[in-house]
Amino acid sequence: MTTTEARPSTPEKEVGKARTRKEDQRLITGRSRYTDSISLTGMLHLAMVRSPFAHARITGIDVGAAKAADGVIAVLTGADLADTQGSLPNAWPIVPEQKAPAHPSIAVDTVNFAGEVVAAVVARTPQAARDAAELVDVDYDELAPVLDLAEAATDATVIHPDLGTNVSAHFVFDSAQAGTGGDVDAAIEQTRADGGVVVERTLRQNRLIPAFMEPRSWVCDPTGDQIVLYAATQIPHVLRVLLALTLGISESKLRIIAPDVGGGFGGKLQVNPEEVITLLAATRLGKPVKYTETRSESMVAAHHGRDQIQKLTMSATRDGKITGFKVQLLADMGAYLAVLGGGVPALGAFMFNAIYKIPAYQFDLTTVFTNKTWTDAYRGAGRPEATFGVERMLDELAAELAMEPLELRQLNWIKHEEFPFTTVSGLQYDSGNYEAATAKAKELFGYDELRAEQQRRRESGDPVQLGIGISTFTEMCGLAPSRILGALAYAAGGWEAASIRMLPTGKVEVVTGSTPHGQGHETAWSQIVADQLGVPFEDIEVLHGDTQIAPKGMDTYGSRSLVVGGQAVINAAQKVIEKAKPLAAHLLEASADDLEFAGGKFTVKGTDTSISMPELAFAAFAAHNLPDGMEPSLDSEATFDPVTFSFPHGTHLAAMEVDTETGMVKLRKYVCVDDIGNVVNPLIAEGQVHGGLAQGIAQAMFEDAVFDEQGTLVSGSFVDYLVPSAADLPHFDTAMTTTPSTTNTLGVKGVGEAGTIASTPAIVNGAIDAVRHLGVADLPMPLSPWAVWRALQGATPASGSAAAAGTGLGGNDPGGTESARMGAGGVADGRDSASDKTEGDRA
Amino acid sequence: MTQVSITVDGTKYTDDVEPRTLLVQHLRQAIGKTGTLVGCDTTNCGACTVHLDGVSVKSCTVLAVQADGHEVLTVEGLADGGELHPVQRAFHESHALQCGYCTPGMIMQSIALLQENPNPTEDEIRNGLEGNLCRCTGYQNIVKAVQQAAGSVAAGTGAAE
Repeated sequence: MTTTEARPSTPEKEVGKARTRKEDQRLITGRSRYTDSISLTGMLHLAMVRSPFAHARITGIDVGAAKAADGVIAVLTGADLADTQGSLPNAWPIVPEQKAPAHPSIAVDTVNFAGEVVAAVVARTPQAARDAAELVDVDYDELAPVLDLAEAATDATVIHPDLGTNVSAHFVFDSAQAGTGGDVDAAIEQTRADGGVVVERTLRQNRLIPAFMEPRSWVCDPTGDQIVLYAATQIPHVLRVLLALTLGISESKLRIIAPDVGGGFGGKLQVNPEEVITLLAATRLGKPVKYTETRSESMVAAHHGRDQIQKLTMSATRDGKITGFKVQLLADMGAYLAVLGGGVPALGAFMFNAIYKIPAYQFDLTTVFTNKTWTDAYRGAGRPEATFGVERMLDELAAELAMEPLELRQLNWIKHEEFPFTTVSGLQYDSGNYEAATAKAKELFGYDELRAEQQRRRESGDPVQLGIGISTFTEMCGLAPSRILGALAYAAGGWEAASIRMLPTGKVEVVTGSTPHGQGHETAWSQIVADQLGVPFEDIEVLHGDTQIAPKGMDTYGSRSLVVGGQAVINAAQKVIEKAKPLAAHLLEASADDLEFAGGKFTVKGTDTSISMPELAFAAFAAHNLPDGMEPSLDSEATFDPVTFSFPHGTHLAAMEVDTETGMVKLRKYVCVDDIGNVVNPLIAEGQVHGGLAQGIAQAMFEDAVFDEQGTLVSGSFVDYLVPSAADLPHFDTAMTTTPSTTNTLGVKGVGEAGTIASTPAIVNGAIDAVRHLGVADLPMPLSPWAVWRALQGATPASGSAAAAGTGLGGNDPGGTESARMGAGGVADGRDSASDKTEGDRA
Repeated sequence: MTQVSITVDGTKYTDDVEPRTLLVQHLRQAIGKTGTLVGCDTTNCGACTVHLDGVSVKSCTVLAVQADGHEVLTVEGLADGGELHPVQRAFHESHALQCGYCTPGMIMQSIALLQENPNPTEDEIRNGLEGNLCRCTGYQNIVKAVQQAAGSVAAGTGAAE
């Protein structure tokens, strides 16, 4: 108990400060603890034998030579594990009829993508395991691989015979059926009849590889009463539940620890064959077992992202008012349904309408199996695909109407005074100010000057043409309200948990269920709790990532950590204060009603008499003098389940230069103004934007998972899959506007995916804007010089084989073969297959 | 097996290695220098960058036997007692890392870059770090950190080197 004289004025707020990170010290000095750096006594090592074929029957496996090799302890095949490995989980049956094939961790009789595990070798050293893996002799009967997404949807060859089809699910959101808008087909026909415009385009979302820097790794320790699994995962809590269910292990006997995790981007949001194999190998042998994949294995076997054919129809009046938007998607699932893969593209249902007031809307999704690597969440997960589609369409519509594309957007977007606004997909946007973000972005960009330069260069016939790319995006963050997830048939909820432990010495432990892998939770959560409890930032320790230490949680993805997990932390802190209050009143011999809490102290109103949180924590610990009935603890826990999503938004502008002689595309200048609501730590938030931009820009310009006609991933290493380097990217000019979210007390909206979601269409729109006057209306991603040059030549894309990997000299067929087939009736039930107006019409 | 003696972060280690052992495997598995990380198998990512006799190398592309009799400096040997190397400090202050996986290699390469070119332009920094991939930061704050550290390294305030 203290009596202070000059009470300090309001202590400086931690929230909003550009605090450098607590996490950094160990990471910059090499005291990191990534999974592969963990070694246990007696630990054995795994190496996988993977199928070189995309589709084949296994007719025999000879493990004799491998078993006899030096240092080998065991060789496991699918037959060995058939009774114990179960089927990897599919947690998102978006419709009841969804079809999901059985997915054994080690293939038993058939392989369905090149890279699938067919056997595993356990040896005393990683080198011995890998050597012996080479000795496993597998006989295959090759089957015809089904690789082309549109062709797969026709069921010409069925991959999983027991399913009878390659179509996993058909999911439709229709605004007329939902009562959130009109009938889209009627709206489009009416627009035609009224002499408006109908723009139809088929766009391709290239296939991407998350390419987190830390290859996936697991160490499983089965000694002792519990099975302990160290995992390079984003989702220790979800993993624990799903592994227990998949393998029939008691959940209470399974402890998952995610130590330092080297990036995820959705790519470590998975229940992987390799982790099941590691766990089963360890439990069978009774020894710790480690498996760390090589990068090349990661490229073929860790899930991929995106990969869609988007058939989009947008109608508008001649003066630019959008009247209808119809979205027909084919989404490539790869060979199996990944844990959330079946539902990821369906998130687009809520996002294709974006920031625009669209009176009639339909989203029609068909998910399809192919003999390729499975797909699942990759930074943005369903929302980048939607944002790309709608933002590309706005530019196409503007071109069709000969309108300034920003003016067209402004004409259709939700005005700031119209919030809260319920969209045609049924979500209520709480806040936003698209005008403010756009005005600021235009100014930072020098929009009018660049438009003038563009005009000059067009007129002078400059061989290097300038284009301006626009993306005025929003996204839904804070995944997710459990009620909405339930409505979407997602298997779990979207709440987050937190607890706070008030230690006797005045230190505070904050336990979060939102497990970070680079996002800086330890720093940001400390800032939040410092403000809540009035304890110093330095005295707060944030604990996470171990299901024994942080027993409850839903983990980190979907820009949810701060919006959902941060609010859970606040709720726990509030409970601590509520618990402490009667103790403070008791010790100060005052009425609880006369106390106020500020700056870490309870003070008797109108006096200088106060007691601090550390003093109360010690008093609770000592328990010598507690109010009657009070338990000796201030520790508290809370969960938070958001009522709705949060909706960050922003305006991104890209100045793109296209060399019309070589097809070389250069990003000259990038400006973005994001509104992510209130900001807890500007340093961290800005860093998230930078990294997000790099990934979104890379989708547009560099990255492409390319398979050859045999189904071999030819961009299967960092030599061929172009993760951009520092030399490939410019300096980004970033800024913020702020309209606080009303869905959480922090007023935050989420920032992890914003840059990725927004930037891809800005880049492509800019490149097309540079050359549209030359007759180019579409360019494929990635914008390789070859693809751009070819478009500039007006050449008809050749069909058939995929060219060399994303080396800048090839890439996927640019909306050629696959989209042409889709236009011929591949999508959904083949409705609206007439008059697909593609680039060929205009080039 | 071949015997190698390598001085790592100032301490001499003598071990028997298989001739095919990569320097990075030797550092991590035999010597326990797990601060140096492996991100790829094609010498593209640079996560394993260390200094061999003062020159930056990707330790996945050097055999342990090639380092016999030489000096290796890893990220773990940079700080002098409690005092961070100026490049380490700059990475922290500029928020030049998120997940931290590329960081050891990125720091080692940045130091080598500044030793060669104490006052690099932004373009020179970007090109000088081209062999080191980062998936988190978009490189903006890494470039900023190297700019911040420039000068101090050249001025010889770098610890341990």
